Amino acid sequence: MTFNLETAAHPENLKRIVIEPVTRVEGHGKVTLLLDEDNRVHQARFHIVEFRGFEKFVQGRPFWEVPVLVQRLCGICPVSHNLAACKAMDMIIGATVPAAADKLRRLMHMGQILQSHALHFFHLSAPDLLFGFDAAVGKRNIAGLAAAYPDIARQGVALRRYGQEVIRLTSGKRVHGTGVISGGMNKNLSRDECDYLLKEIEQVIAWSQAAVELIKAIYRERPDFHNSFGSYRSSFMSLVRADGALDLYHGGLRARDEHGQTIFDHVDYTHYWDYIHEEVKSWSYMKFPFIRARGREQGWYRVGPLARINNCDFIPTQRAEAERKIFKEFGGGSATQATLAYHWARMIEMLHAAEAIQELLHDPDLQSDDLVSSGERQLRGVGVIEAPRGTLIHHYRINEDEQIVRANLIVATTHNNQAMNEAVRQVALQYLDGQQITEGLLNHIEVAIRAFDPCLSCATHALGKMPLEVELLDAAGTLIQRLIKDSDGRHRT
Amino acid sequence: MGAPAMSKTITIDGKNVPFSDGQTIMDAALAAGVYIPHLCHNPQFEPHGSCKLCVVSVNGRNMTSCTMPAAEDMVVANNTPELNSDRKALVQMLFVEGNHICPACEASGNCQLQAAAYYLDMLSPHYTHFYQPRAVDASHPEIFLDLNRCILCELCVRASREVDGKNVFGISGRGIGTRLVVNAASGRLGDTNFAATDKAAHVCPTGAILIKRQGYRIPIGQRTFDHKNISEVQMEPDHE
Ligand code: SF4
Ligand code: FES
Repeated sequence: MTFNLETAAHPENLKRIVIEPVTRVEGHGKVTLLLDEDNRVHQARFHIVEFRGFEKFVQGRPFWEVPVLVQRLCGICPVSHNLAACKAMDMIIGATVPAAADKLRRLMHMGQILQSHALHFFHLSAPDLLFGFDAAVGKRNIAGLAAAYPDIARQGVALRRYGQEVIRLTSGKRVHGTGVISGGMNKNLSRDECDYLLKEIEQVIAWSQAAVELIKAIYRERPDFHNSFGSYRSSFMSLVRADGALDLYHGGLRARDEHGQTIFDHVDYTHYWDYIHEEVKSWSYMKFPFIRARGREQGWYRVGPLARINNCDFIPTQRAEAERKIFKEFGGGSATQATLAYHWARMIEMLHAAEAIQELLHDPDLQSDDLVSSGERQLRGVGVIEAPRGTLIHHYRINEDEQIVRANLIVATTHNNQAMNEAVRQVALQYLDGQQITEGLLNHIEVAIRAFDPCLSCATHALGKMPLEVELLDAAGTLIQRLIKDSDGRHRT
Repeated sequence: MGAPAMSKTITIDGKNVPFSDGQTIMDAALAAGVYIPHLCHNPQFEPHGSCKLCVVSVNGRNMTSCTMPAAEDMVVANNTPELNSDRKALVQMLFVEGNHICPACEASGNCQLQAAAYYLDMLSPHYTHFYQPRAVDASHPEIFLDLNRCILCELCVRASREVDGKNVFGISGRGIGTRLVVNAASGRLGDTNFAATDKAAHVCPTGAILIKRQGYRIPIGQRTFDHKNISEVQMEPDHE
């Protein structure tokens, strides 16, 4: 997993292929491929403008406001930012969050995992995977698979809506609720509300199971292709529970290298900076985090569903655990490093979320009124959760007047920064043919990026129709060829 | 008060509204259950007449109803499309002049400015935001002052002076430079004798004066304006 970015003997002679969205919504993605003199892909840079200015924006704000403020950061997973920030504020007010509030937050988080994973899989990935993203792909077999699951789209919409209902009832609002407060929750869940959600949960679990079966079938149909597409080996990082179980809400940090060897384990995340550093590069607004023990070059890693399913020792719900075992055993573990295996891991997590929701809804603690606590105030707070896309770190420092003086956020897409570049590079190595930009290449790069579910509106909000412009420039900057893909999916030059 | 004192009437939108001497149009209207939109007026304090939301047409002339004494036979137009559209424009101006980020504001759902905007069917701020940098003052251990949300209604000024006897707040500057100021050599709230139990700590119609660490404690659904609009709330007898 070595990296030779920016090490060309004559970078001024490198050709550049730039792929960028035609329309910017929020966040802005752009892919640059640098070719060497032999027209081989030397380097891939996935540029993202995201979260700039946020750390400044919260300065001076009172700490209790920040968990609500940060929900505006991301239109895709506001609940994750809300929860991570509140965990940091729990620490600042010295709270031991009461059991009931902890469970209500977990329930909300599971609702978020469910709705986010359902959105990603059914709306974005399933079309890629079912209908093929390359002309050479044997469409018929995959189309036949789609015919075997005629209700896929309907189930996807229903799963997402169910997750949103869980969020609405726990947070008080469909989006940008205020249920989570520093030290706990401002409301519980009534028995009636639990019963209302329980009515559909069996169905939700069954559909989630069906989604796992679907991705398994897709994957197994062409295991070599799915294992090799944009693939490489890397380290993984995620939270795990004290007993090694998958835990998306709380735990210690675990990192394993590309051979599965432990780099660190059960690390107290409130000291994450002893283990992870962030490197700044001139060409990107986004930082490049790396594991200190492995250094700048070797220290990059992947986070998210694939990292979590690989890193945990077991999943504490039955069906998801059975699926984890199947995943791990598949082809002697051949999928565990594959870029497209993110989709499979994601669906196992969705199943886990559905099962966890069922379990939580039966818990009488959800009706408790013991919902908030506080203790001795501290000036620093760190909150970490496993957001749908991966490890999310919120870190704040306040002054004596309780205003934010410093904030540092590391979002999943930032952790995966180098990993996404590497996936794009692998795809380009496989599919770029000389100086010819093909629709296939464009689509394949998109698919590789999308496997990570990066939090870019162009990658996700456009529902699988990422508008892209590809330009091939020679070393002197002269345009050789341009290929545009509009948001309706049509290509033009 | 005997019946004869109330024998005088004005009409508001064609409805007879009795008043007694010394009452303003606003007083008479509220007593009779007629709602006139208002932000800087609070029956517990001397009228101030700054927000102009309460402007009505009296015999064809626009006047602030919170300061205008009622007089026999006044013909008042209040709930008209023209006046309400002016009111909406005023609220929109307040929104762009300050920095009101409702979705993240802890006063959301309890804020009269927001409620007035809903009442007046304001769908967008319409005007260009000023994005003026405004100060925040967190120096007081119990109270957070955020001038981004101050609409200069002077309710806190009046409450501190008239009820608390402290004079903690004042208004300084002119025009767009007008600011709420704190009466301390340092200009900091932490250096005054302001207390969280003061009346002035609880009269702000927006989220400019807040008790620290209480934000978002009231769940959505239980906030002041979650189920009632501003006219219903401001017509309640015990409303502050
Ligand atoms: S701080 Fe509140 S009460 Fe005081 S003048 Fe400003 S808006 Fe009015
Ligand atoms: S309420 Fe009359 S001017 Fe503000």
